[in-house]
Amino acid sequence: MDFINAALDYLLGIPAIGLGTQIGFVYKALALLVGLLIFTAFILLADRKVWAAVQLRRGPNVVGPFGLLQSFADLLKFVFKEAIIPAGADKILFLAAPLITATLALAGWVVVPVFDGGAMANINIGILYLLGVSSLGVYGVIIGGWASNSKYPFLGALRSAAQMVSYEVSIGLVIITVLLCVGSLNLNDIILAQRDMGLAHAIGVPWLTFLNWFWLPLFPMFVVFYISALAETNRPPFDMVEGESELVAGFMTEYSATPYLLFMLGEYISILLMCAMTTVLFLGGWTSPIDLPPFTWIPGLIWFFIKVTLVFFMFAMAKSIVPRYRYDQLMRIGWKLFLPLSLIMVIIVAFVLQLTGWGWHGGVA
Amino acid sequence: MSLPLFFFYIFSAVTVASAFMVISSRNPVHAVLFLILAFVNAAGLFMLAGAEFLALILIVVYVGAVAVLFLFVVMMLDVDFADMRRGMLQYAPVGIVVGIVLLLELLLVAGSFLVAPDAASGSSLPIDGTMDNTRALGLVLYTRYVFLFQGAAAILLVAMIGAIVLTLRHRTGVKRQSTAAQLGRMPADTLQVVKVKSGEGLQ
Repeated sequence: MDFINAALDYLLGIPAIGLGTQIGFVYKALALLVGLLIFTAFILLADRKVWAAVQLRRGPNVVGPFGLLQSFADLLKFVFKEAIIPAGADKILFLAAPLITATLALAGWVVVPVFDGGAMANINIGILYLLGVSSLGVYGVIIGGWASNSKYPFLGALRSAAQMVSYEVSIGLVIITVLLCVGSLNLNDIILAQRDMGLAHAIGVPWLTFLNWFWLPLFPMFVVFYISALAETNRPPFDMVEGESELVAGFMTEYSATPYLLFMLGEYISILLMCAMTTVLFLGGWTSPIDLPPFTWIPGLIWFFIKVTLVFFMFAMAKSIVPRYRYDQLMRIGWKLFLPLSLIMVIIVAFVLQLTGWGWHGGVA
Repeated sequence: MSLPLFFFYIFSAVTVASAFMVISSRNPVHAVLFLILAFVNAAGLFMLAGAEFLALILIVVYVGAVAVLFLFVVMMLDVDFADMRRGMLQYAPVGIVVGIVLLLELLLVAGSFLVAPDAASGSSLPIDGTMDNTRALGLVLYTRYVFLFQGAAAILLVAMIGAIVLTLRHRTGVKRQSTAAQLGRMPADTLQVVKVKSGEGLQ
């Protein structure tokens, strides 16, 4: 059985003790999963703390020092509760929906380069894969809303279907503008392009890497991407999907215990994925902002997580500062403002790159 | 058996099984979900064939957008499937004829590969193994086939405008929000500050 051996080597190999020829995928996956879950637990707490601080409250402060263990307490509470399945629900789909949400959110992280070449799968269509996975995210919400067999979840699901599909369009166009500058769909290449070319090189100070990053030349797209990312992940101020003033809790109304926990987990992990996408596309990924010794001593992994946390802080501030949008206004922004703006930017960027010969051309001059 | 072959059998078995479930499941929503499963597995097959760009475009466009709208519509409709099944035997002969024609065509394609394996290679473009297929596709699509490509895009655009025009109706008496007008309003246009003397009131 040749293929079983090949599969075992790929999944479980440990070269150090003579087992197989490569480090098994399972160990890398476990490391990523555990790291991501712990990071998510603290990000969840940070979200609540930021929200509380803006409203002059303390936030969670009882479990552990400064409430640091609050997320873990919540986890245990959810897991030990009884999962209630409504009598009229479609049982299989009702339970499949949170699993789909959580799995898809985690699946996106496979291609994210957390340090130089540090993606689990360094595929050359990484950004397209991310777009694909995030566009599948809507299924968890729709299936959950429909399978609950109840009116509020269903209304929430319908809203989310329209909202997420609309904002995918502008996210896709924003990604295209970045890809035009880079000339490659590989996420690591996108970061390398931001390190190796740009404004800092043009004005003769190549060590000021943060001027190279795409947030500066593509600033309007950065803003469009940030707002679209909020809408795509159903974050406030665009959380009409679960707007409690209108829909109780939207598509999650009928969920409890572990299925609810999976929904929450999937939501936060896909928010982090969007933060990571912003970091990779516009903030230079794992590169240090200034390419000089005290900054270059810090490994790329740390820089990546600092940037992701910073972007998440912006997400959390949007949640606490901006009031919820009305649904038709949300649609108006998506279709009548962002879509034309990003289309025009695609054309402008393409023209500029063609006429001036700028761009990274996939690393080939 | 190699690993890709193993995955080929898994993907194709799930594709065929879910395609069968699309036409045999009682609940229309389940049928659409099986259709989506078939799409995803077809994308897996594309991936195995080395067409990773097509695979992900299939996921992004069909699964991520078209099938969502499909699901959206099917969930809103109140379809009584038992009612629809009543006329099934009437349509069966037509369905069988279409099926046989498709089967024959597939056999012809497969047969030509078996009889003359190099017959197809003359007409197709040589594949450059060193290039990833997004770049290869782009280079062909925007040079050699640019007019066909633009023509297809123009047809799609016309179809889209047609669909919008067909469903558009201007209702009278609807108050629409004009954000520009709201933002353009100045305090001076709408507010009048009046100092009222005590005991006199307003005229």
